[in-house]
Amino acid sequence: MSSTSNSDVRPTLAVWKFASCDGCQLSLLDCEQELLALTGAVRIAHFTEMSRATVSGPYDISLVEGSITTPDDVERIKEVRANSRHLVTIGACAASGGIQALRNFVEPGSYASAVYAHPEYLETLETSTPISAHVAVDYELHGCPIDRHQLLEVLLAFLAGRRPVVAGHSVCQECKARSTVCLLVSDKTACLGPVTRAGCGALCPSVARGCFGCFGPSDCANVASLTARLRLLGSSDGELDRLLQTFNAAAPAFRSAVGVGRAAAVSLGQSRSPSHEGAER
Amino acid sequence: MSRPAQTPDGPGVKAADPVVLGLDGLDALITKLSESGYEVKGPVSRGGAVVPGSISGVDDLPAGVHDEQSPGGYRLAQGDDGRLFAWAVGPGSWKGEFFPAHQEVWRARASDEAIEFTEAAREAAPLAIVGARPCEFRALEVLDRVLKDGAYRDPRYADRREAAFVAVVECASPASTCFCTSMGTGPGIEGGFDLALTEIDDEGGHRFVVRVGSEDGSEMLDSVPSTKADAGDLEARARVLEGAAANMGRHLQTEGLAGLLARNMDHPRWSDVGERCLSCGNCTLVCPTCFCSDVHDTTDISGESSRARVWSSCFDLDHSYLHGGAVRASCSSRYRQWMTHKLSTWWDQFDTSGCVGCGRCVTWCPVGIDITEEAAFIAASDGATRVSPPSTRGGS
Repeated sequence: MSSTSNSDVRPTLAVWKFASCDGCQLSLLDCEQELLALTGAVRIAHFTEMSRATVSGPYDISLVEGSITTPDDVERIKEVRANSRHLVTIGACAASGGIQALRNFVEPGSYASAVYAHPEYLETLETSTPISAHVAVDYELHGCPIDRHQLLEVLLAFLAGRRPVVAGHSVCQECKARSTVCLLVSDKTACLGPVTRAGCGALCPSVARGCFGCFGPSDCANVASLTARLRLLGSSDGELDRLLQTFNAAAPAFRSAVGVGRAAAVSLGQSRSPSHEGAER
Repeated sequence: MSRPAQTPDGPGVKAADPVVLGLDGLDALITKLSESGYEVKGPVSRGGAVVPGSISGVDDLPAGVHDEQSPGGYRLAQGDDGRLFAWAVGPGSWKGEFFPAHQEVWRARASDEAIEFTEAAREAAPLAIVGARPCEFRALEVLDRVLKDGAYRDPRYADRREAAFVAVVECASPASTCFCTSMGTGPGIEGGFDLALTEIDDEGGHRFVVRVGSEDGSEMLDSVPSTKADAGDLEARARVLEGAAANMGRHLQTEGLAGLLARNMDHPRWSDVGERCLSCGNCTLVCPTCFCSDVHDTTDISGESSRARVWSSCFDLDHSYLHGGAVRASCSSRYRQWMTHKLSTWWDQFDTSGCVGCGRCVTWCPVGIDITEEAAFIAASDGATRVSPPSTRGGS
C-alpha cells in the first residue's frame, strides 16, 4: 500500500480528520467486501486509521471528516484543499459543524468551562463550522455517520467520471420504498423523516424509532411546518428543540426552526451541564 | 386477465350469475389461484396498517381489523367480529406490485470488443390479487392508460398487468378521508375485474356475494364450493353499498374542476398550502396513480453497470432540474404541479382524472393537507390572485 512506484496509475485517495469522532472515515474500512477491490482501483495514499505509511500529495481525491474548531484547523484545511484535485466532505460534522456546533449558540467558552478542569489550556475557536465555510468543496456526503454504500457510490462515480446517485429528498421516500408504515401518521411518533435527507435507508423508522435527522435537512425541508404539526401531536417546545439540536444543529434549516427561548434555557446555571443533559436523552 | 365472461353450456350455476361463497369458499378460491400458478397477494395487517402482502388462505386476511383515518392520522383497532374487509385502504397501493419502487432494467459489461447488455430478470409467477378495492382497481386502469395502453408502453408493467388476476372486494367501510363516490370509482364496481366480491355479515351469515367479470374469473370459481346468490343476497349487497356511500367521509366537487384549477394558477391558496406542505413526497408515493420515475445508471467496482427505474416525486427538487437549476424551486409551485396534474392536466394528457378518491394523500400527509379542502377553497374564491406576482423561484 505504501509503495511509491511511479508506474502506479491508480488515482490517489487521502482521508483527513478534523473535529470528529472518526466514525465516518471508519465507514471506508466498513466496506469490507468491496475494500480489496477498491484498493485495486484507487491507491489509498493517506489514511492513518488504516496505515501509518503515507504517500505525499497532491491527491486525486480527498475525503474530509470533521468540522473546523481550532485556529490550526483553519490553516490545515487550506493545505488539504491545495493538495487535492477533488475534495469530498464526509459526515454531519464536515457538512454542518456536527454536535460540537452546539457551542455556537451559547456564551463563548461556557461549554469548555463546564467540561474541562483547566479550559485555559484549550486553544479553540468560538464556533464549530463546516468545511464549506473555509474552502471550496466539490461534494458533500451527509450522515452521522455516513452510509458506506453512499461512500462507495461517490468513489465509484468518481472513478467512472459520472454523477453520484445520491438523493436529496426526504427519508419518507425511503420508508415508502421499503413499505415501512409511517410512524408519524400511524403512531404520532415525533419523526424528522419528512425534513431529513435520505441516505440511511430509513433505518430508524424500520425499527419503530422516529428519525432523528442525522443526515441533516433534505433539499426542500420545511421544518417550521413539521414542528408546528409535532407540537399539535404533543411535543413540547423543549422536546422539539432537542430533536433539532443534535448532529446537524447548525444546519440552517434545522437551526432556524429552533425556538427563540432555547438559548436562554441552556444557560449553565439552570441545568447542571448541557453535555450531561445530552447524555440523558 | 379480464377476458369477458362467457356463459358455459354445461349444467349447474351459470358463470355469469352471482354466487355466494362462505369463508371455506374464499379459502378454496385462494388455494385454487395458488395451484393455478399465481402468486397470490391480498390485504394483510402488518406494521400497524393494512397493506398488500402474500396470502395462502383466509387466515392471512385481516379478520376483525378496523381503521380510523383522518388527515395525517391512521390507527388500526381490533374488533371481535370476523369480517375480513372492514377497513378502508392503507398506505400501500397495488401500484407497487406492477410498478415497484426500484426495478433493475438491465446490466451491461464492456469488453474490448463490445458492450454486452443483459435484461434484468422478471417475476416468474403472474400475480393474483384478492381484495383490491374498487378505487384501487380503477387506479390500476388509470395507470394502464399511462404505462400500458399509451404511446410509451412500459413492457415490465404491461406484461405483469396483463397476466394478473384481480378479485375486487367492494367497499363496506370507507374512511373519513375517502371520496370515491365523488370520483365515480366506488364503493361498488361494475366491470373490468375478474371477480368482484361483496362481504356480507348479517342474519344470513358471514358470506361473499361473487360476480364474475371474465373467463378467468369463471374458471377459477369453477371448482370452488358455492351456491347461487338469491334475491336476499343481492339485496344485502345493495345495502352494503348504500351504507358505504352514505358513510363517505369527504366530497370533491368534480364538475368544472379541471377548468377551475387551470384558470387559478395564480390563486393565493397555492402560497398558503406551500407554507404547510413539507415537500416530503408522501402523497405521491401513497397515490395509486402517481407514476413518475427516475432512471439511475450506476457502475460497480468490477466494471459492470446497471440501469434501474426508481420511484420519483414531483416534490423533489431534482425532479424539475434542468440546466442551471430546478424549474419548480418553491414548495407552492411543486404542490400546484401535483394537484393540478391530478385533477386538471391529467384530463388533457390521458382523458381521465388522475385521482380516484382513495384518500391516501389526505391520510398519509404528515401535516394533513387535504386535496378536497384545497380544491373547495379555490372553488369558493375562484379568480382570486396573489398580491405579489407569482414566482416559481425561491422561498415557499
